[in-house]
Amino acid sequence: MLVEVLFYVFATILIAAALAVIISKNPVHAALFLVLSFVTSAAIWLLIEAEFLAIVLVLVYVGAVMVLFLFVVMMLDIKVEEHRRGFTRYAWLGWITAVAVIVEIVGVVTARRFGVDITRGAAPWPASYSNTQALGSVLYTHYAYPFELAAVVLLVAIVAAIALTTRTRRGLKRQDINRQVNVQSTDRVRLVKSMDAKSP
Amino acid sequence: MLASVSTVWSALPAYAQSTAWIVVITVALIISVALLTLWERKVIGWIQLRRGPNRVRIFGLLPGVGQPFADVVKLLLKEVIIPVRANKVLFVLAPALALIPAFATWAVIPLSPELVVANIDAGLLYVLSLTSVGVYGIILAGWAANSKYAFLGAMRSAAQIVAYEIAMGFALVGVLMVSGSLNLGTIVRTQHGGPLSWNWFWLLPLTVVYFISGLAETNRAPFDVAEGESEIVAGFHVEYSGIAFALFFLAEYANMILISALTSVFFFGGWLSPLDGYLPEGGAAADFLMAPSFFWLGLKIFVFLFLFLWLRATFPRYRYDQIMRLGWKVLIPITLIWIAVEMVMSYNHVGPWAT
Amino acid sequence: MAEPTLTWAGVAPATPEIYLVMALCAVLLVEAFAGEKRRGLADTLTLVVLLVGALVSAVYGHVSERTTLFHGLYVADELGYVLKLAGFLIVAVTLVYSRAYLEQRDILRGEYGVLCLTALLGIFVLVSANNLITVYIGVELLALSVYALIAFDRESGVAAEAAMKYFVLSAIASGALLYGMSIIYGMTGSLDLDVIAARVGAGHASLGVIFGLVFIVVAVAFKLGAVPFHMWLPDVYHGAPTSVTLFISTVPQLAYFSLTFRLLAHGLAGVTAEWTQMLAPLAVLTLIVGNFVAIAQSNLKRMLAYSTIANVGFILLGFIAGTPAGYSAALYYTLVYVLVALGSFGVILLASRRGFEADSLDDYKGLYARDPLLAIVMLALMFSTAGVPPFIGFWAKLRIIQELWVTHHNALVIIAAAASVVGAFYYLRIVKLMYFDAPVTNAPKPAGHFGARVALGLNAAAVLGLGLVPGPLLDLCARILH
Repeated sequence: MLVEVLFYVFATILIAAALAVIISKNPVHAALFLVLSFVTSAAIWLLIEAEFLAIVLVLVYVGAVMVLFLFVVMMLDIKVEEHRRGFTRYAWLGWITAVAVIVEIVGVVTARRFGVDITRGAAPWPASYSNTQALGSVLYTHYAYPFELAAVVLLVAIVAAIALTTRTRRGLKRQDINRQVNVQSTDRVRLVKSMDAKSP
Repeated sequence: MLASVSTVWSALPAYAQSTAWIVVITVALIISVALLTLWERKVIGWIQLRRGPNRVRIFGLLPGVGQPFADVVKLLLKEVIIPVRANKVLFVLAPALALIPAFATWAVIPLSPELVVANIDAGLLYVLSLTSVGVYGIILAGWAANSKYAFLGAMRSAAQIVAYEIAMGFALVGVLMVSGSLNLGTIVRTQHGGPLSWNWFWLLPLTVVYFISGLAETNRAPFDVAEGESEIVAGFHVEYSGIAFALFFLAEYANMILISALTSVFFFGGWLSPLDGYLPEGGAAADFLMAPSFFWLGLKIFVFLFLFLWLRATFPRYRYDQIMRLGWKVLIPITLIWIAVEMVMSYNHVGPWAT
Repeated sequence: MAEPTLTWAGVAPATPEIYLVMALCAVLLVEAFAGEKRRGLADTLTLVVLLVGALVSAVYGHVSERTTLFHGLYVADELGYVLKLAGFLIVAVTLVYSRAYLEQRDILRGEYGVLCLTALLGIFVLVSANNLITVYIGVELLALSVYALIAFDRESGVAAEAAMKYFVLSAIASGALLYGMSIIYGMTGSLDLDVIAARVGAGHASLGVIFGLVFIVVAVAFKLGAVPFHMWLPDVYHGAPTSVTLFISTVPQLAYFSLTFRLLAHGLAGVTAEWTQMLAPLAVLTLIVGNFVAIAQSNLKRMLAYSTIANVGFILLGFIAGTPAGYSAALYYTLVYVLVALGSFGVILLASRRGFEADSLDDYKGLYARDPLLAIVMLALMFSTAGVPPFIGFWAKLRIIQELWVTHHNALVIIAAAASVVGAFYYLRIVKLMYFDAPVTNAPKPAGHFGARVALGLNAAAVLGLGLVPGPLLDLCARILH
């Protein structure tokens, strides 16, 4: 009972926050609502005993991804109104897509009609069940192959980011930490005899 | 009297008990923060051959002890100024966002062998995710104030915290490999058997990395570029005044205590006694000193807090690019290398994996 | 749960992937430590890696019959074996062609080779995917590498624009793919393509499966570049550095063929009637738009992009036949197309110089007088794509039309034949430009690397040779998709 109430509370917040992400005029507000929707979906995951996924969602998306996202969004000087002009021209296309997607989702949710019952809930796990352990043992055995491939995807992302951004252009001034640290006073200051010193 | 209290206590339902503990811990934390500010000023004073605060007395005794309480009264009475062009909602929300994670993390910290508010399996992940959420308070404060200095502080802080969080996470991976559990109580229990079987001994590089990252995460000197008085006035909280400013202050000091507690739990045996097995059996004093209890955790927290203050009084502030370099190019590689070393040790059953 | 430990014999069919991951890490390290001092070292090493890879997988990767590995997430069969060998060799050839081009534009860096290798890994994953998760990871691995490759020349604004367009549109296609997959998963309760095939095949198709199918077909059509999801293709082919265009127009086609084959023809075989119905209008539109718009192009890269679209139409027609023979015709067509595209973009690469892209049709006027080899090679390739008999392209088109005829798709036969005639016009126009027109630009005299020219000659010889003796390749395609 309590779980159901909590679910509906979080679900309502989630939907409201997700809507607010799209509706907000201010990009920083939109990003913050996205954070809120991440946190509430984490809460919903907690309700279905997927505590590892829930906490990692907060850790990765809220703690790292969205921080960097905000970092960028805050630095942009976005003239919101300017961008919104001409935006509504394509709104009908969006509405058609939205209606189509909703119709399809309703179709899937009412899939019982097609002989597939997908909405039944699973029985709760015993208290000793550790979601983290279960995930770990499946990831490293059954799904080892896609897991390793996912690692390669991350590697590609790193290589691509480095290949596309760090490019030593000619004439670019660069910092050499070792030279900075090893600098001696004699490299910077040259003592010269003053002309005046010779005068009587 | 005491017996009746304990019967009433045990008759309470679980949620009432944990609520009571939450209140107790929160109040204790706030008082500790107050005393910590005093201690900080005293310690730095002594290091700099000054006296530190010594005027405000409590009941005419203990010169200086009244100082933090006088400060609180002063800050409470001052006006909270909200800049005209600031984003009001976020400006007010930001101090709360900074404070809440600093307190909420205490829920999973095992204070003594019996006492932990929420004994959850994924405790370590919970700690990591909450400490990473703390940065929002700082970023939003900087942005909402609509001030260049505040914004610069927020930007610096965001980049710094994301960088050091990775090193912190990797250091904790090392702890995980030793204990094989994400539960903080289990992590403490696997370290039993005297100071040399605590994690710091086999994970010394990770211990150092973790503590340095902790310093950086709390924006403490020498990593306090987010405030950087000499460069950007007071950084992200330059526009805050009165009690709103006090909340940031509270969050920062609560985070210091938190990082000290976490360092003790992860690397220094938490509530385990350092004298365990070193004293002769028998005698009430020896029993107390060898038994695990909150006393030992408190002592360890105090030592690390002193380290925080000592570092602040000793080191000049890092330059921003040096902070980034230290985080990405020094600390992260160290943790990665040590995780590999642990892998080898674990495979060959060395150290904590000897069984 | 007791999991069987991995043994070498158990993973031997996955040799190409395992080898490739280790090799690309090695190339990355070499580039990191020696790349600054010796430009081109990593590139040469990549080439060696590819050739050794072909050898290693030829020896160890062969399976006599269809086997699944890694708990059914990976399938090894003859199709995978052949496509992977082809993948190694084709990427090697693209690198040989691109070397001079990259050198002249100062973008010959180790990451280029590494990204080619990761893209190839993505292709291999797709080729051997037997699970929706593996399919998706393969698609992303390939796409991610290709985004970076397109934007590789940072000085070029058009390249950045092309990468951006491809990235945004591709993300939408990925979304559609995931959405379709999630619906299929919801309806069948499994991610395993074998299980899905059994469950979808068992009863009649439910509405939910069709919903999922729509999204998957859209995603596949996008990846292939079928009209109306072709918008990205001309811009990307045009905007990307020519060496990258060469890459993305060739090897990924192998992956997209097997994506279509594994997802639609295998996993969703139960609803073949439905997806052939969805693909048919796409194929017709693709043939018409591809061929007609190509006529209006003045840029050779754009023209070849539309030619690619037209060819995709033919490949789709092979799938529409809906029979193993039809799939093998599509496979044959794909291999032939890749061989020809390899040569065509190779010619553009070898004709270009520093500061001269050689991508305008005018640049090819009088090419025969300037560089007979390139002109002869281009002649062979254009005749082949146009479908002129002794060349290999003729057989490819013939096989597709044959299969459509056998399966009584008479209207499609007529459209395909008509489209070929229209296509012949613009292919032959290039031949006319090269041989009968006087040069208008004072284009520099082409003088490419010796190795690249030899490879190009061999490429053209293969187009002619396999056209004169089409038997072996046709038999191979028929055998591995019996």
